[in-house]
Amino acid sequence: MTRRLFPVLAGLSLLFFVGAPVLIVRAPYESTMGLVQKIFYFHFAGWMAMFLAIFVLGIASIIFLFRRIRSADQLAVAAAEQAVIFGLIGLITGPLWGVKAWGVWWQWDARLTMAVILELILVAYLLLRQYGGPGSDRLAAGLGIFAMANVPFLYISTEIWRTVHPRTSVVPTLPVDFGLPLWWSVAGFVVICLAMLSARRRLEEQRATLDELYLALEDEA
Amino acid sequence: MTRFLQVVWLVVRKDLRVESRNKEMLVTTLFFAVSCVMVFAFAFVRGGRAVDGAAAGVLWIAVAFAGTLALGRAFERERYQDALRGLLLAPVDRPAIYLGKLSGLLLLLAVVELVVVLMVALMFQAPLFEHPFRMLALLALGTLGFASVGTLFSAMLVRTRSRAVLLPVLLYPVTIPVLIMGVSGTNVLWQPEPDLAMVQLWTSLLLFFDAVFLTLALWTFEPVMTE
Amino acid sequence: MPRPSHLDFDQVVASGVSRSYGRRRALRHVSLCCRGGEIVGLVGPNGAGKSTLLGVLSTLAEPSFGEVRYGKWTARGAGTRLRAQIGFLSHELQLYPELTARENLAFFAGMYGLDKVDARVEAALETAALSDRADDVVEGFSRGMRQRLALERALLHTPRLVLLDEPFTGLDESAVAALMHRLSLLRTDGRIVLVVTHDLDTVDGLLDRALMLRHGRIRELPATGTLRERYRVEVQEASSKLGGVSA
Repeated sequence: MTRRLFPVLAGLSLLFFVGAPVLIVRAPYESTMGLVQKIFYFHFAGWMAMFLAIFVLGIASIIFLFRRIRSADQLAVAAAEQAVIFGLIGLITGPLWGVKAWGVWWQWDARLTMAVILELILVAYLLLRQYGGPGSDRLAAGLGIFAMANVPFLYISTEIWRTVHPRTSVVPTLPVDFGLPLWWSVAGFVVICLAMLSARRRLEEQRATLDELYLALEDEA
Repeated sequence: MTRFLQVVWLVVRKDLRVESRNKEMLVTTLFFAVSCVMVFAFAFVRGGRAVDGAAAGVLWIAVAFAGTLALGRAFERERYQDALRGLLLAPVDRPAIYLGKLSGLLLLLAVVELVVVLMVALMFQAPLFEHPFRMLALLALGTLGFASVGTLFSAMLVRTRSRAVLLPVLLYPVTIPVLIMGVSGTNVLWQPEPDLAMVQLWTSLLLFFDAVFLTLALWTFEPVMTE
Repeated sequence: MPRPSHLDFDQVVASGVSRSYGRRRALRHVSLCCRGGEIVGLVGPNGAGKSTLLGVLSTLAEPSFGEVRYGKWTARGAGTRLRAQIGFLSHELQLYPELTARENLAFFAGMYGLDKVDARVEAALETAALSDRADDVVEGFSRGMRQRLALERALLHTPRLVLLDEPFTGLDESAVAALMHRLSLLRTDGRIVLVVTHDLDTVDGLLDRALMLRHGRIRELPATGTLRERYRVEVQEASSKLGGVSA
């Protein structure tokens, strides 16, 4: 199924990719932030793709842990890596925005803090898979479920944690004209994320097949 | 159900008995927690006075660090001579084993926290006895949240090679919400005029966290522990 | 004390059990059948997958492919009730060194939900020849004493399937004789006994059948000659077949 899905997704992401610059350039120039405001199209979209990937990671982990379906585990690995990548986009563009808006690279902004922690959890997931040794796939699935369950708690706790302190900045509220390019970018990132997910999962599947072939070859001997 | 509770009790009693023989975990964990408080005291005390709001942070960091140490030790004991597999082979509901290990740890951490809290209160002039029950609720719920995730993680890491490093690497990011809630709640509580509604909010959030993660841990323990 | 409802079986059949980690395969299509009232030996070099096989048979580990049937039951289907019928002496002894011999046995008796705990524990201590050391902590025991205690621990609940990983390690002559006698009693009692061992000469007269595990493959050893001879022949045959490539 994924074999047919991938070209479609790849084509779609190309469409979004080509369209995005046009829409972003034509979007109105924000007065206080200037050109830097355009970062927002990446920043927000990266976020959305990251959440999608974490959600996929959690669900795939549950399926693998309780149904022992191999391909769910392959999807989970793919999703964790995607989440790290899109999280990184958010983490790089966040401070770039921050230095213009707040004058400092890092501000203990609730969303940014939450992003860092999520990124840590996801990297921990990859570390576990890397260094956990044989059988770490099931342990990683356990962690994947915990990662997904953590999202609402992180959201709430960082949000309240920050609001009890005085707020130093107000993120400019976007007029309607910014809406179309923004959601276009979000859709673009989501489609790219899905395309990479399906490609990455397929790679993992082929690796497993290759392992099996090696084993079968040994059995022949 | 009675059988379930019986198994929990058996595991707790076994752990307490082992601990009563050499007191290794209690002594080392306690000493480590006290050292933590001292180290942070050097970092956060300026000109004889603690930096604003440092006390709550020091308290919770000491709890988290000492908790990690205790978690590592508790399962190193089960790993030695492969005792954990012996437990898993017993014809019992495996979540009962998890709950048993968790309860033992909570008892140990309760003793450690008693000392650490008193120490922090003394050294950082925290108004500990203004709202003792609210403080107790924050500590108990925070520790439960931390330990319920930690017990699952260290149990599952028993099988892996680099467990000593992986435990904190996995545990700290996942339990950061507990730390945020615990530290913030304690901080508010230790203000001269505490905003009790805020304390209430943090406490309820901790309760919610505990409920979700304890359920998740009980649910995933069985499949995660199967090799 | 309510016991989990009873489950019993008279044979264990593994069919096509494989277990692999990436490109390393610990078990390759292992099929075997052990019946009640027989003692089956499992021999083979280190790293042949013996421990992995015991792990799978004890239900602690799941096979990557294939399945193990305990009578009409499977590990996933019967779970807890099945574990009540399995006794496993692993190479690591699964004892708590800080506890006394009696406490160790009593703890596991409780975990298995056994009745008449005191009497059972007393009998087990007697059999392990540890009655006079019953209240000493296991930490101070010699390897042989621990081994005897661990064996009794594994047999405490009179399991149908008895899996023993190197049970002769550290035992002196009289203890070996006692264990041999013990195993033959288990056979008479209709238990299914699988013994992993290096001690080819010791177990020679005891085994009903011998299986060899090598590079994750299982072979039945021929029924004639001493165990050591049969083992040697089998190893040579296997090596020549492989052309010494993976030897």
